[in-house]
Amino acid sequence: MALYASRAKIRIAAIGFPMKSTPPPTGPGSPTGLSTPVSRRAFLRGLSTTALTAATLGAESVAAELAQGNAEQPRGPAALPVVLTINGEKRTFSLEPRVTLLEALRQSAGITSPKEVCERATCGACTVLLDGVPVYACMILAIEAQGRAITTVEGLSREGLTPVQKAMVEHDGLQCGFCSPGFVMSLTALLKSNPHPTEEQVRKACSGHLCRCGSYPHIFAAALAASGGRPVSKINLISHDHALA
Amino acid sequence: MPWPEKNRYLGKPTPRADAPAKVTGRAKYTADVVKPGMLFGAILRSKWPAAEVRAINLEKALAAPGIKAAITAQPVPFIVNYYGDELAAVAGTSRQAVLDALELIQVDARPRAFVTQELDAIKPDAPRVVPDSPNLGEGKARETGDVDAAFASSAGVIEGLYETQVELHHPLEPQGSAVLWDGDEMTAWSSTQGVHGVRTAFASSLEVPQNKIRVLCEYMGGGFGSKFMPGVQGILCARLAKAAGAPVKLMITRFEQALAVGNRPSSHQKIKLGADATGKLTAIQLESFGTPGHRSGASTGGGSGGAAFPAPYIYQAPATRIKQGSVAINAGQSCAFRAPGHPVASFGIESALDDLAVKLGVDPVAIRILNDPLEIRRREYQVGAERFGWKEKYRQPGSSSGPVKIGVGCAGSAWNSGMVRETQAEVQINSDGTVDVHCGIQDLGTGSRSVVQVVAAEMLGIDLALVTAHVGDTHFPPGPSSGGSRTTSSIAPAVYDACEKALAELKERSGIEDPRGANWKAACEKLAAFPVQGHGRWREGLADGGSKVAQGGVQFAEVEVDTETGFVKVRRVLVVQDCGQVVNSLTCESQINGGVIMGLGYALYEQRMMDRTTGVVLNPNFETYKLPGPADMPEIDILMIDQPERGVIGIGEPCTVPTASAIANAVANAIGVRVASLPITPDKVLAALGKVPGAGRQDTTALEIEQAFARLAAAPATTAREEIHA
Repeated sequence: MALYASRAKIRIAAIGFPMKSTPPPTGPGSPTGLSTPVSRRAFLRGLSTTALTAATLGAESVAAELAQGNAEQPRGPAALPVVLTINGEKRTFSLEPRVTLLEALRQSAGITSPKEVCERATCGACTVLLDGVPVYACMILAIEAQGRAITTVEGLSREGLTPVQKAMVEHDGLQCGFCSPGFVMSLTALLKSNPHPTEEQVRKACSGHLCRCGSYPHIFAAALAASGGRPVSKINLISHDHALA
Repeated sequence: MPWPEKNRYLGKPTPRADAPAKVTGRAKYTADVVKPGMLFGAILRSKWPAAEVRAINLEKALAAPGIKAAITAQPVPFIVNYYGDELAAVAGTSRQAVLDALELIQVDARPRAFVTQELDAIKPDAPRVVPDSPNLGEGKARETGDVDAAFASSAGVIEGLYETQVELHHPLEPQGSAVLWDGDEMTAWSSTQGVHGVRTAFASSLEVPQNKIRVLCEYMGGGFGSKFMPGVQGILCARLAKAAGAPVKLMITRFEQALAVGNRPSSHQKIKLGADATGKLTAIQLESFGTPGHRSGASTGGGSGGAAFPAPYIYQAPATRIKQGSVAINAGQSCAFRAPGHPVASFGIESALDDLAVKLGVDPVAIRILNDPLEIRRREYQVGAERFGWKEKYRQPGSSSGPVKIGVGCAGSAWNSGMVRETQAEVQINSDGTVDVHCGIQDLGTGSRSVVQVVAAEMLGIDLALVTAHVGDTHFPPGPSSGGSRTTSSIAPAVYDACEKALAELKERSGIEDPRGANWKAACEKLAAFPVQGHGRWREGLADGGSKVAQGGVQFAEVEVDTETGFVKVRRVLVVQDCGQVVNSLTCESQINGGVIMGLGYALYEQRMMDRTTGVVLNPNFETYKLPGPADMPEIDILMIDQPERGVIGIGEPCTVPTASAIANAVANAIGVRVASLPITPDKVLAALGKVPGAGRQDTTALEIEQAFARLAAAPATTAREEIHA
C-alpha cells in the first residue's frame, strides 16, 4: 500500500530523516534537501533501539539522551494546531501529527500545485522549497515544517511568470503538466544557486523528478534558456518536396 | 477549400495555450478538485488472487469516526480474479479516517487456486482463471500461400523466439473522479481521455439519463490509453457520493495503478522468416501468445482485449502463416496502451528481420527498403540514414573494440490514425473581437487545446491571443475520445468548418467583405450584444490522408553497451516521422520526444513483475518499476515530414512504436548477439554474452516454452478479420 504514517504517537525529533529511496546527488530527494541537518541528538532520539548507539557512544550517555527524549510530551494521535508559513503567509491548521506536508498543503491549505504521484519520494511531483531548498513534501510531516519558509509554485509567480516559468512555456517544457510545478521548483532553486548551469548540471538538478509524457529534452532546453544559455529551438520541419521528392 | 498555403500559425511552433496555467499551479486537475463538504473515497481491494467472496461486513467501518458511506463493489457473493480486484469502498471526512476504516471491513472469502505466470497458466493441469473456459483461448489463425514450400526454397531462413513484457501505463495523475450529486443530476470531474464516452458509461452503469450527467475534464495528467472509461473506481465514487449524500473524490493510489487499471499485454513470439539471397522475404511464420490478464480469448488485434497484435507487421511475404493466442492469468486486465499491439509487433518482426539481414550479410537499412511496401517509409529510411550517418556508423555485429561496444539499429512504424466524422465544434465571435471555441474533446497533455486555438486563429486571420479554446466538458459539442491518434485529425477540420460558417455570418452582419485581419475589430464591433456563433462539423478534404493513406515513420538508434556490467546507454535516437499537415510544430515535437522516451522505457526498464506465490505485483512503485528519468535521456533528433497535401494526421502513437525495436537492434549490433527479450536489462545482456550462467533462459523454461507453443498449435483456430497494417 501507499506509504502512510500509521496512526501512532509521533515524536517530532524522530521525523524528517531520509527514508527508503536512494537519494539523487542533488535536488529534492538529497540529504542536503533537508535544510536543517539531522542533529546527532535528533537522530538518537529517533532510534527505537539502543544497541547500535550503545556500542558506539557508551550506554551512559545514551541513557541520558533517551531520558531527556522521553521526558518530552509525545504529539498525537489527535489533531493539534500546526502553524505553517506558506508563500510568506503564516497559517494555522488543525492536523494529526501523521499528516504529511503534502497533505497539509493540498487538503488543508488549498495549495494544489504540489502533486501526489508516487507517494514515496521517487517522482518529485510534490517538490516545494523549504527555506529555499527543494524537498519532497510527501516525505516531511507538516509539524516538522513549522517555522520554515515553505514556497510553492503559487508563491513564485505573484509578479507574472518567473524566467524559469516563462522558458518552460516558450520551450514547451511540459505536456500534461502534472510534473511541471515540481520541475519548476527544482530549476528555480538550481538557477538561484548556479545562475549559468551546464546541461549536465540541469540534468542532475532534475534527477529527482519523473515525467511520464517524456518532456525532458524541452525541460532541459527551458532551463538553459532561462539561464541565458544557448538558444535551443531546433525544430526540423522538412517539406514533402525536400524529403521525399 | 484546402488548408491555406501561406500560414501565420499553422505548422509553426506555438507555445501551448495552457502552459502558463500549468507552470503556475492554476491548472486544476481532477485530483485537485475540491467542493464544499467533499469526502475522500478509497477502495478495499482483494488480497486473494482468486476467491469467492461470500460475505462483506461493513458495520465496523461505517461506525468508524468520520465515515459517511461504505458500499460493496458488487452484490455479494461474487468472484475476485486477481490481487487488487475491488471488494468494497468507503467515503469519509479525511483520508486518514478512510484508510483506518478500510482495515475494519470484514471479508469472508474462500480462496481458490490461482496462477500468475503465462507459462504456468498454459499447462493442462493449471488452475482455470475462468472456470468454464481454458486459460489458452482460441488462436487467431491466418495462412496464405504454400508456407512450407516457400521456406524450403528460401536462400536464408532464421527462426527465433522474441518476447515482450507486461508494461504499465503509470500516468502521473492517477485514475479517479470527483462526483457531486444535486438531486438526480450528477456532475463528475474525471481524469479521462473521453468526456463524452465517460458520460455514456456513467449513465448506463448508474442507470441515470445521459442528460442528467455532466462530465468535466479541464486538465488531465496523462492517460496513454488507460483512461477511456470511468472504471470501477469512477462508478464506486459516484455510488459513494450518492450513498453519503455528499460529494466524493476518489483517486486511486500508485500501488492500485499497478494492479487494476490496465497494462500492455506480454508476448512470446516464435518467428520464422525466409528470404531469397538479396533479402527479399519469401515466407513469414509467426506464432504467439501472451497474457492480457484475467480474461483471455482471441483478440481484436488491437491489444485492448486480448494479447494478439498486428501480424505480419509492415512486411509482407507471398507465403504467410500466423497463429496468435491469449492466455488468462490471475492479474489485472490489459487495456489500450499507446499504439496498442504495435510496439509488441514491431519488436518481434524488426528483431527477426535484423537477424535475417545478419545471416544473409545484407545491410539492415537495405533489407527494409527492399521489403517495406510503403513508399513514405522507404524514403524516410533514405533520408534518415543520411542524417544519422548510417553508412559510417554501421559495422559488423560485435566488431567495435574495447569493453564498451557501440551499435546502431533501425525500425519502422505503421499507423492509420483515421478520424471521427461526427466531431463537431462551435466558434463564437464576440463584439470585442475575442473568440471562444468550444469542443467536447479533452487535452491529455497532447496539446489538443492548442490545436483548436491555432486552427481558429489561422482561419479567422486574427491574433492567437484573441482565441480561447474550451475543452473537456460534455456541455460542449460532441468530440471523440482521445485514442488512435485521431483527436487532431477529427477536431481541426471541425474547427475549420465552424470558423468558415462564423466568418460568413460575420461578413453578412457587419457588411464588411473580408472581416479578417485589419478589418476584424470594426466588423466585430457591429455585433453588439449578439455574438456570432458558427457550428462546424468534420468535413472531407482536410484530414483524409489519415484514412486513405497509411502513415509511416522510422527511427534510428545508437547505443553503447558495457559488456562488463551489461548496462545499455542510448546515445542518440533519430526520428523521421510522417506528420501530414503539421498544426503546431512545437507540441508535435514534444509528443514525438515523449513517444521515443516511452519506447526507451519499454526497451530497457519497464516490466510488471508478478509474484507466483502471493499473486501480488512485486514492483508497484517507481523505485522498482523503472521509468526513464532525466539521466537516461539520449540526444533525440526529430525530422518532421510536413506533407500538407495529406491533411491533418495524428502522431501520438506511431512515434512510440519503433523505438524499442531500433534500440534492441542497436544492442544486438553492438554486442554481436541478440537479447531477444524486453526489457533489455543488464542481467540479460550478460547472459547473452555468456558472462553469467542461465540468467536469460533456463533449460526448464525453454522446455515449457516449447510445450506452450505445442499447445497453441493444438488450440482451435479462429479466422481473424482481415487487417491491413502496411
